[in-house]
Order: sequence, then structure tokens, then C-alpha cells
Amino acid sequence: MTHSLEARGSEVRVPTPRAGRPPSRRDPRPRAKQTWRRAIARDWRLYTFLIVPLVFLLVFKYIPMLGNIIAFRRFRPGGSIFGDEWVGLYYFQAFATNQQFWKVFGNTVVLGGLTLLVTFPLPIVLALMLNELRSRRFKRIVQTISYLPHFMSIVIVAGLVLQLTALNGTVNQVVEAMGADPVPFMQRPEWFRTIYVSSEVWQTVGWGTILYLAALTTIDDQLYEAARVDGANRWKQTWHITLPGIRPTMMVLLILNIGSFMAVGFEKVLLLQNPLVYSTGDVIATYLYRVGIQSAQFSYGTAIGLFEAAIGLVLVLLANGLSRRMVGTSLW
Amino acid sequence: MVTENLPRKPDIAHVRKETGVIRESPGYRVFRVANAIVLLLVCAVTLYPFVNLVAKAFSSEGYIAAGEVNLLPRGFNLDTFRVVLGDDLFWTNYANTFLYTVVGTVIAMALTATYAYALSKPHLKGRKFFVGIAVFTMFFGGGLIPNYILIANTLGWRNSMWAVVVPGALSVFNLLVMKAFFENFPAELEEAAAIDGLTTYGVFLRIVLPLSKAVLATMTLFYAVGLWNSWFSAFLYMDDKSLFPVTVYLRNLIAAATGTQEIADAGQAAQVASNIQAVTMLLTVLPIICLYPFIQRYFVSGVMLGSVKG
Repeated sequence: MTHSLEARGSEVRVPTPRAGRPPSRRDPRPRAKQTWRRAIARDWRLYTFLIVPLVFLLVFKYIPMLGNIIAFRRFRPGGSIFGDEWVGLYYFQAFATNQQFWKVFGNTVVLGGLTLLVTFPLPIVLALMLNELRSRRFKRIVQTISYLPHFMSIVIVAGLVLQLTALNGTVNQVVEAMGADPVPFMQRPEWFRTIYVSSEVWQTVGWGTILYLAALTTIDDQLYEAARVDGANRWKQTWHITLPGIRPTMMVLLILNIGSFMAVGFEKVLLLQNPLVYSTGDVIATYLYRVGIQSAQFSYGTAIGLFEAAIGLVLVLLANGLSRRMVGTSLW
Repeated sequence: MVTENLPRKPDIAHVRKETGVIRESPGYRVFRVANAIVLLLVCAVTLYPFVNLVAKAFSSEGYIAAGEVNLLPRGFNLDTFRVVLGDDLFWTNYANTFLYTVVGTVIAMALTATYAYALSKPHLKGRKFFVGIAVFTMFFGGGLIPNYILIANTLGWRNSMWAVVVPGALSVFNLLVMKAFFENFPAELEEAAAIDGLTTYGVFLRIVLPLSKAVLATMTLFYAVGLWNSWFSAFLYMDDKSLFPVTVYLRNLIAAATGTQEIADAGQAAQVASNIQAVTMLLTVLPIICLYPFIQRYFVSGVMLGSVKG
């Protein structure tokens, strides 16, 4: 090892074409001629690196992807993973005519929409506030503290939420201090959305500032100088320089948020909900889990999952297209 | 690239202030004070649940039941710790979490590093295709149920560690970050090693990996923290208590304490559980909180690397 590194010194500047490599990359013909046989003969060791990950992708990503077919085929326990008989849109009709499905669909849209509305702008505000700090030390402390919840397991977050909102929890002590009666928050459907969105804010807003803070450092300081010369105050500088400067980041994150908006925080909702709050707290993903896994209606559940995934995909494509047209930023 | 620029702005602000070219308007001064106060409040709100958790963990049940434990422990005692630490199942599950985290991280790193290294070679024929089939899984995948059928029925991994550690082994985000890193690896080094007689395997193991410690550390942490915190796959595929990770142990504890039966009367049993819950939660997050100050910067740099390249 040391020997090879020493030897490198004498050879590193000499252009050494690799064995079997076409002499010039500009010339397209030798590359085009390169056959699989030759590529494998030359790079076979490199191809062996691909084998295990490719098998992994095939088994754990592509087989389940194809397994979605059971939304259209009846699945029998113990039968084929791809279902036994073709039933067409039977399961789609089944959920489309089920009132409970539309109830959880509505809940999903409301909960996802509220979450998006609240947790998308807050990191921008927090990043701008951090950006105004002069003391680097203070800034670093605030960052360190606000990132912390991101590293917590969802089980911990749910546990903290349940403890704080319990009858003897801190929230109810505040309520009592203000002269009201304590509220069993987690048994009141009207409180579920507030509690869920608050816990999302607590867990995600600090971490969400990272990309904005990075984008803020790339804004050219000369722009601020010029604006000041023109008499722009601090607020106008923020409005006309800072915000446009981080707009691409905002758009990309918005598109991604819109894409995951139907999936809401499945694990967190599952941990926080109980039958008393189903009327607001039951979403598609948790409904799917109950009917699909707990009641073992595999085909029915898969049809719902496919429907949800399709909506997510359409929303991403729509948001991406709109963003490309209107502000010229897009994911691809 | 981005991190290098970070100190720039505050420095310039400082210079501006010294030269006195720009004077702060009174309004801006008020804003800065308000800004600092709001940010302090943000910190307080973020930390409060943890402070409350610690306070509850050391308090006696009576004070918690009466709703008198907020910032500081009341009726300080360590009995709850004795109860929790005396539970063999807790220790078994804690050891499981540790085992799953280590095994899962090793598998994930092996898959990610080898795949990323091969994909980082521009002359690899079929490279675009191999990148594409990984990236496609980011946008579309099997839903909950097809995965469940595969893992529980077809592979028969019910009550098996593999159901927890294998399915999440290749994160496409991590793959792209690592691929970008390997692409920037100086090709001269690899070529020199190849001339000295190392095969691709030798170059990878003895030259590339030892010189990529920064990105390897970041990716290891990404996977390890994810596995440490995960609960759902164990919850889904396991019903043998002795195989649960500690997150599922905790989940069951919380579910038992806040079940619907509690609604009728908030009896003593539930209060004791809230005491025990606090201790279990505290012990579960302890390793993360202890490591957090050291690992935080790796995460930040990893996210930024991913955003710049991705």
C-alpha cells in the first residue's frame, strides 16, 4: 500500500490509458462498437459489485411493485403472490362505493393539507430569522437544539405527545391555570388535527431549515450592497433579494411535499390515533393497514394503496409541470 | 462546497458594522431583539418535552398523577429505574435493537457502497440503466400489502431478524450521495494502484474505502439512526416478544397505558405506567442524545451533499 502510493508520485502526471479503453472519448465509434461481451471481459470485477444490489432491488423493490397486480386479481392466502384469478376493477369499485373510504379520504386531504400549509412555510421563516443573527455561536446553538427532534424515533415523539396532552400533562396544567377544565385531548376528535400538526411542527421545522440556510449562503453579497445603495431597507432586501434567491429551493421542497401529501405521517398517525378519534384521525394509510393487514383483505387493501400512490404520482407531476411553467424550477 | 461558504456572511456583517458605512435603523434594532427572543422561545419549546420527560422519570407517581411535574422532578426517586431495569424483557429488547442496528447497518453499507462504486465509473456499460432502476424505486414501489405478502408469506420471515434489517437496506438517497462522492474520487490514485497490480477489488478495499471515511461515516450514521429508531417493520412482522426491538417494547407500553379502557377512570395503574413510560423513553433516546452533539454535523453535511448533487 505505501509502496503503491510512493510509486504514484512518478507516474501520476503521465497520461496512462487504461487497458482496453478506446483511445479517445470524443470519437463515438469505438464506444458504440463496444459490445457487452467486451465490456464484461474488461470490467467483470466491477460487474460483480452489481450482482447483490441488483438481486436486492429485484426481490425487495420490483417484485412488490409487480405484486400490486393483486389489486386486479383475487389473492388467496397461500396462493400465488401475484393472485389467482382476474377480477378487473372489482376491488376498486368496492372501495369507491364504501362510505368509510370516502370519510378517510376526506380526513387524509384535510390532515395532509393542514400539515403542508403549516410545515412548509415555517422552515423558511425560521431560516430567515436565523440568517439575521449576528452571533454565530447563538445561531449554532439554536440550530443544534432545533435539529434534535428530527433524530427521535416516531415512537418517542408519539409518547411525548401523549404524555404532554394527558389529563395530568403540562398542556392541561396550562389549561387549568387559565381557569378552564382539563380536556382529555386524545379522546376528542376535534383536537386530533391540531395535535398532529403541532407535533409535526415540533419534529420537522428545525431540520427543514438546513437546505434554506445552505441556499441563503449562495446569494451574492453584491446584490445586497447594490440594494442598499439604492436605498432598500432590510425588509425590502429580504423581499426582493433573499426570497427570490431561495425560490428554487422552495419550489423543489414544495413539489416534494405535495407528492408526499397523501401519504401523511402514517406511522405517527397510527401511534397517535385511537378509535375515539377515528372521525378525524383515521387516514387512508391507517385504514388500509386495518382492513388490509389486520383483517387480511389483501386485494382490497392493495387496490386502495395503488389508488393512493397514483394520486401522489399525479400530484408530483402536476406540481412539477406547473412549477416549470411558472417559475422555471423543476425536479427533472 | 456549501459548507465552506457558511462563515462568509456573518464576517461581512461584522465588517460592515465596524466600518460604520451602514447604520442600523431603530426599527431594525427592535427587530433584532424580537428575533432573538423568538428564537430563544423556539429553543425552549423544542427542549421542553425532553425536560418534562426527565422530570417525570425521576418523580414519584403521586406528583405525576396530581399533574404537578413540569420542569423539575417532584418526590425524587430512582424506583422507576429499578422497575424498568429489572425487567428482563426490556434488556432483551434493548439488546435486539442493538443487534438489528449493527447487522442492518453492515448489510446496508455493503450494498450501498458496492453499488455506488460500480455506478460511479463512467465507462461502465449499462451504467445509466443501473442508476435508473434504482432511482425509479424512489417514485413508485410496492405498497404495504405486496411487501407484507412477500416478506411474511413468500419469504417466511415472520419473527425473523431479516424482516427488520433487510428490506430497507438500500436507500436511493444514500446511494446517490455516495455515488457522487466516488465520482469525485481522484482517478489518478486508482490508476496508480491498478498499475501497481491491484485488481478492482484491491483498489476498492485498500485505496477507495480508506480514503472515503467521511462519506462512509455519514452514511453509516444515516442508516444506524434510522434502524435504531425504526419500529414498524418489527411491529408488522413479529409477534414473539423476545424478538422485539426496544421501540416496539415502548410502543406496547404506551398503547397499554393509553388504551380506551383508561377513559372511564384515570386510575392509579395508568399513572404508574406514565412513570414507567418516561423512564423507558428516556433510556431509549439516551444513546442518540449522547451521540447527538458529535453526529449532528455529519448529518447536515450529508443532507447538503445530497441536495447539491441530487
